[in-house]
Amino acid sequence: MEPMHLQYEVEGGNFSKAGFASSEIKKVLKQLNVDAKTIKRIVVSSYEAEVNIVAHAYKGKISAMIDNEKIELFYDDEGPGIPDIEKAMQAGFSTASPEAREMGFGAGMGLPNIKNNADKLEITSEIGKGTQLRITVALTPEMN
Amino acid sequence: MEIREIAKLLDAEIVCGENFSEDEVEFAFASDLMSDVLTTKHDFLLLITGLANLQTIRTAEMSDIHCIVFVRGKKVNEEMIELAAENEMVLIECRYSMFKTSGILYAAGIQPVY
Repeated sequence: MEPMHLQYEVEGGNFSKAGFASSEIKKVLKQLNVDAKTIKRIVVSSYEAEVNIVAHAYKGKISAMIDNEKIELFYDDEGPGIPDIEKAMQAGFSTASPEAREMGFGAGMGLPNIKNNADKLEITSEIGKGTQLRITVALTPEMN
Repeated sequence: MEIREIAKLLDAEIVCGENFSEDEVEFAFASDLMSDVLTTKHDFLLLITGLANLQTIRTAEMSDIHCIVFVRGKKVNEEMIELAAENEMVLIECRYSMFKTSGILYAAGIQPVY
Protein backbone atom coordinates (compact mmCIF):
# COMPACT_ATOMS: atom_id res chain seq x y z
CA MET A 1 0.00 0.00 0.00
CA GLU A 2 1.13 3.54 -0.78
CA PRO A 3 1.45 5.61 2.42
CA MET A 4 -1.66 7.70 3.02
CA HIS A 5 -1.84 11.20 4.38
CA LEU A 6 -5.06 12.63 5.85
CA GLN A 7 -5.55 16.12 7.21
CA TYR A 8 -8.34 17.86 9.13
CA GLU A 9 -8.95 21.24 10.73
CA VAL A 10 -10.43 21.48 14.23
CA GLU A 11 -12.28 24.48 15.67
CA GLY A 12 -11.73 25.23 19.33
CA GLY A 13 -14.91 25.37 21.39
CA ASN A 14 -17.12 23.77 18.74
CA PHE A 15 -18.35 20.67 20.54
CA SER A 16 -20.95 19.84 17.91
CA LYS A 17 -18.14 19.07 15.45
CA ALA A 18 -15.82 17.33 17.92
CA GLY A 19 -15.15 13.82 16.69
CA PHE A 20 -15.63 14.53 13.00
CA ALA A 21 -11.96 13.97 12.12
CA SER A 22 -11.69 10.83 14.24
CA SER A 23 -14.83 9.50 12.60
CA GLU A 24 -13.31 10.06 9.15
CA ILE A 25 -10.10 8.32 10.26
CA LYS A 26 -12.20 5.39 11.47
CA LYS A 27 -13.87 5.08 8.06
CA VAL A 28 -10.49 4.98 6.30
CA LEU A 29 -9.12 2.33 8.69
CA LYS A 30 -12.21 0.19 8.14
CA GLN A 31 -11.72 0.44 4.38
CA LEU A 32 -8.11 -0.67 4.87
CA ASN A 33 -9.40 -3.73 6.76
CA VAL A 34 -7.48 -2.96 9.93
CA ASP A 35 -8.75 -5.27 12.70
CA ALA A 36 -11.56 -3.93 14.90
CA LYS A 37 -9.60 -3.93 18.19
CA THR A 38 -6.76 -1.91 16.69
CA ILE A 39 -9.23 0.52 15.08
CA LYS A 40 -10.87 1.05 18.44
CA ARG A 41 -7.53 1.81 20.14
CA ILE A 42 -6.67 4.28 17.39
CA VAL A 43 -10.00 6.09 17.21
CA VAL A 44 -10.48 6.28 20.99
CA SER A 45 -7.01 7.88 21.24
CA SER A 46 -7.79 10.16 18.33
CA TYR A 47 -11.16 11.20 19.70
CA GLU A 48 -9.68 11.99 23.12
CA ALA A 49 -6.99 14.14 21.47
CA GLU A 50 -9.54 15.83 19.22
CA VAL A 51 -11.85 16.63 22.15
CA ASN A 52 -8.81 18.07 23.98
CA ILE A 53 -8.24 20.53 21.11
CA VAL A 54 -11.92 21.51 21.10
CA ALA A 55 -11.98 21.85 24.89
CA HIS A 56 -8.70 23.70 25.41
CA ALA A 57 -7.35 25.30 22.21
CA TYR A 58 -8.44 28.03 19.80
CA LYS A 59 -7.90 25.87 16.75
CA GLY A 60 -5.88 22.92 15.62
CA LYS A 61 -4.83 20.57 12.86
CA ILE A 62 -4.98 16.81 12.83
CA SER A 63 -2.98 14.78 10.39
CA ALA A 64 -2.65 11.06 9.99
CA MET A 65 0.10 9.15 8.18
CA ILE A 66 -0.76 5.55 7.45
CA ASP A 67 1.54 2.93 5.97
CA ASN A 68 1.61 -0.87 6.07
CA GLU A 69 3.13 -1.01 9.52
CA LYS A 70 1.69 1.84 11.54
CA ILE A 71 -0.48 4.90 11.86
CA GLU A 72 1.01 8.13 13.14
CA LEU A 73 -1.40 10.81 14.28
CA PHE A 74 -0.36 14.42 14.82
CA TYR A 75 -2.44 16.93 16.80
CA ASP A 76 -1.09 20.43 16.53
CA ASP A 77 -3.05 23.19 18.25
CA GLU A 78 -2.86 26.91 18.80
CA GLY A 79 -3.83 27.36 22.40
CA PRO A 80 -2.72 28.08 25.94
CA GLY A 81 -0.29 25.16 26.10
CA ILE A 82 0.24 22.79 29.03
CA PRO A 83 2.33 24.27 31.87
CA ASP A 84 3.14 20.91 33.48
CA ILE A 85 2.85 17.88 31.17
CA GLU A 86 3.65 15.42 33.93
CA LYS A 87 0.73 16.77 35.95
CA ALA A 88 -1.56 16.73 32.90
CA MET A 89 -0.75 13.04 32.45
CA GLN A 90 -1.97 12.22 35.96
CA ALA A 91 -5.37 10.53 36.03
CA GLY A 92 -7.96 12.88 37.48
CA PHE A 93 -6.10 16.14 36.83
CA SER A 94 -8.19 18.48 34.69
CA THR A 95 -8.48 22.13 33.77
CA ALA A 96 -11.59 21.61 31.62
CA SER A 97 -14.36 24.20 31.40
CA PRO A 98 -17.91 23.59 32.68
CA GLU A 99 -18.96 23.33 29.01
CA ALA A 100 -16.57 20.41 28.41
CA ARG A 101 -17.87 18.75 31.57
CA GLU A 102 -21.45 19.13 30.41
CA MET A 103 -20.47 17.19 27.31
CA GLY A 104 -19.32 14.28 29.47
CA PHE A 105 -15.60 15.09 29.44
CA GLY A 106 -13.12 16.93 31.64
CA ALA A 107 -12.58 14.19 34.21
CA GLY A 108 -8.83 14.20 33.73
CA MET A 109 -8.86 10.87 31.94
CA GLY A 110 -8.10 11.83 28.34
CA LEU A 111 -4.31 11.86 28.19
CA PRO A 112 -3.96 8.77 30.44
CA ASN A 113 -6.46 6.96 28.20
CA ILE A 114 -4.50 7.90 25.08
CA LYS A 115 -1.35 6.55 26.73
CA ASN A 116 -3.16 3.27 27.53
CA ASN A 117 -4.42 2.81 23.99
CA ALA A 118 -1.46 4.01 21.94
CA ASP A 119 1.82 2.20 21.40
CA LYS A 120 3.59 5.52 21.72
CA LEU A 121 2.53 8.99 22.88
CA GLU A 122 4.75 12.06 22.64
CA ILE A 123 3.69 15.49 23.90
CA THR A 124 5.37 18.84 23.50
CA SER A 125 3.90 22.14 24.56
CA GLU A 126 4.77 25.80 24.74
CA ILE A 127 2.90 28.14 27.08
CA GLY A 128 0.83 30.68 25.19
CA LYS A 129 1.51 28.99 21.84
CA GLY A 130 0.09 25.51 21.74
CA THR A 131 0.45 21.78 22.19
CA GLN A 132 1.57 18.98 19.89
CA LEU A 133 0.69 15.33 20.35
CA ARG A 134 2.10 12.48 18.33
CA ILE A 135 0.34 9.15 18.70
CA THR A 136 1.69 6.00 17.10
CA VAL A 137 -0.17 2.71 16.83
CA ALA A 138 1.22 -0.37 15.10
CA LEU A 139 -1.02 -1.89 12.45
CA THR A 140 0.77 -5.24 12.29
CA PRO A 141 0.80 -7.58 15.31
CA GLU A 142 4.58 -8.16 14.92
CA MET A 143 5.30 -4.57 15.89
CA ASN A 144 3.53 -4.83 19.25
CA MET B 1 -30.88 -10.71 24.94
CA GLU B 2 -32.49 -9.07 21.95
CA ILE B 3 -32.61 -5.28 21.98
CA ARG B 4 -36.37 -5.23 21.47
CA GLU B 5 -36.76 -7.37 24.60
CA ILE B 6 -34.64 -4.84 26.51
CA ALA B 7 -36.93 -2.02 25.33
CA LYS B 8 -39.95 -4.06 26.45
CA LEU B 9 -38.51 -4.76 29.91
CA LEU B 10 -37.83 -1.04 30.35
CA ASP B 11 -41.21 0.00 28.95
CA ALA B 12 -39.09 2.17 26.66
CA GLU B 13 -39.27 3.39 23.11
CA ILE B 14 -36.84 2.61 20.29
CA VAL B 15 -36.42 5.97 18.53
CA CYS B 16 -33.69 5.01 16.06
CA GLY B 17 -32.48 1.76 14.48
CA GLU B 18 -35.67 -0.30 14.80
CA ASN B 19 -34.20 -2.56 12.04
CA PHE B 20 -31.51 -3.72 14.42
CA SER B 21 -33.85 -4.47 17.33
CA GLU B 22 -33.25 -8.20 16.94
CA ASP B 23 -29.52 -7.78 17.57
CA GLU B 24 -28.27 -9.36 20.77
CA VAL B 25 -26.68 -7.58 23.74
CA GLU B 26 -24.82 -9.41 26.51
CA PHE B 27 -23.00 -6.67 28.41
CA ALA B 28 -23.92 -3.20 29.63
CA PHE B 29 -22.18 -0.19 31.11
CA ALA B 30 -23.90 2.74 32.84
CA SER B 31 -22.34 6.21 33.01
CA ASP B 32 -22.97 9.87 32.34
CA LEU B 33 -19.25 10.41 31.96
CA MET B 34 -18.11 9.83 28.39
CA SER B 35 -14.47 9.71 29.53
CA ASP B 36 -15.41 6.55 31.47
CA VAL B 37 -17.16 5.03 28.49
CA LEU B 38 -14.03 5.59 26.38
CA THR B 39 -11.98 3.43 28.77
CA THR B 40 -14.15 0.31 28.32
CA LYS B 41 -12.47 -2.49 26.44
CA HIS B 42 -15.61 -4.45 25.54
CA ASP B 43 -17.23 -4.07 22.13
CA PHE B 44 -20.95 -4.21 21.41
CA LEU B 45 -21.85 -2.96 24.86
CA LEU B 46 -25.20 -1.54 25.74
CA LEU B 47 -24.65 1.98 27.08
CA ILE B 48 -27.04 3.27 29.74
CA THR B 49 -26.70 7.04 30.13
CA GLY B 50 -28.50 10.19 31.16
CA LEU B 51 -26.26 12.34 28.96
CA ALA B 52 -28.11 13.16 25.76
CA ASN B 53 -25.99 15.15 23.33
CA LEU B 54 -24.08 14.63 20.10
CA GLN B 55 -20.91 13.62 21.93
CA THR B 56 -22.76 10.67 23.49
CA ILE B 57 -23.29 9.34 19.97
CA ARG B 58 -19.70 10.17 18.94
CA THR B 59 -18.37 8.36 22.02
CA ALA B 60 -20.47 5.31 21.16
CA GLU B 61 -19.20 5.43 17.59
CA MET B 62 -15.55 5.44 18.72
CA SER B 63 -16.18 2.70 21.30
CA ASP B 64 -18.04 0.34 18.93
CA ILE B 65 -21.21 0.66 20.98
CA HIS B 66 -24.33 -0.03 18.92
CA CYS B 67 -27.12 0.47 21.41
CA ILE B 68 -27.75 3.33 23.85
CA VAL B 69 -30.52 3.60 26.45
CA PHE B 70 -31.18 7.20 27.48
CA VAL B 71 -32.60 7.20 30.99
CA ARG B 72 -34.41 9.72 33.22
CA GLY B 73 -36.68 10.71 30.33
CA LYS B 74 -33.84 12.31 28.31
CA LYS B 75 -34.80 13.00 24.72
CA VAL B 76 -32.59 12.55 21.70
CA ASN B 77 -32.64 15.21 18.97
CA GLU B 78 -32.63 15.00 15.17
CA GLU B 79 -28.89 15.58 14.89
CA MET B 80 -28.22 12.68 17.26
CA ILE B 81 -30.58 10.40 15.35
CA GLU B 82 -28.90 11.30 12.07
CA LEU B 83 -25.42 10.45 13.36
CA ALA B 84 -26.68 7.30 15.08
CA ALA B 85 -28.43 6.10 11.92
CA GLU B 86 -25.26 6.67 9.92
CA ASN B 87 -23.50 4.35 12.37
CA GLU B 88 -26.32 1.78 12.47
CA MET B 89 -27.04 2.35 16.14
CA VAL B 90 -30.17 1.70 18.16
CA LEU B 91 -31.31 4.56 20.42
CA ILE B 92 -33.84 3.92 23.18
CA GLU B 93 -35.61 6.52 25.31
CA CYS B 94 -36.54 5.34 28.80
CA ARG B 95 -38.24 7.25 31.60
CA TYR B 96 -36.73 5.15 34.41
CA SER B 97 -33.72 6.26 36.46
CA MET B 98 -30.28 4.88 35.69
CA PHE B 99 -30.42 2.79 38.88
CA LYS B 100 -33.78 1.24 38.06
CA THR B 101 -32.82 0.61 34.44
CA SER B 102 -29.56 -1.05 35.47
CA GLY B 103 -31.35 -3.12 38.13
CA ILE B 104 -33.96 -4.44 35.72
CA LEU B 105 -31.40 -5.37 33.09
CA TYR B 106 -29.01 -6.93 35.62
CA ALA B 107 -31.84 -9.04 37.04
CA ALA B 108 -32.71 -10.13 33.50
CA GLY B 109 -29.18 -11.44 32.96
CA ILE B 110 -27.32 -8.60 31.24
CA GLN B 111 -23.71 -8.76 32.44
CA PRO B 112 -21.49 -5.99 33.83
CA VAL B 113 -18.07 -5.34 32.24
CA TYR B 114 -16.14 -4.96 35.48
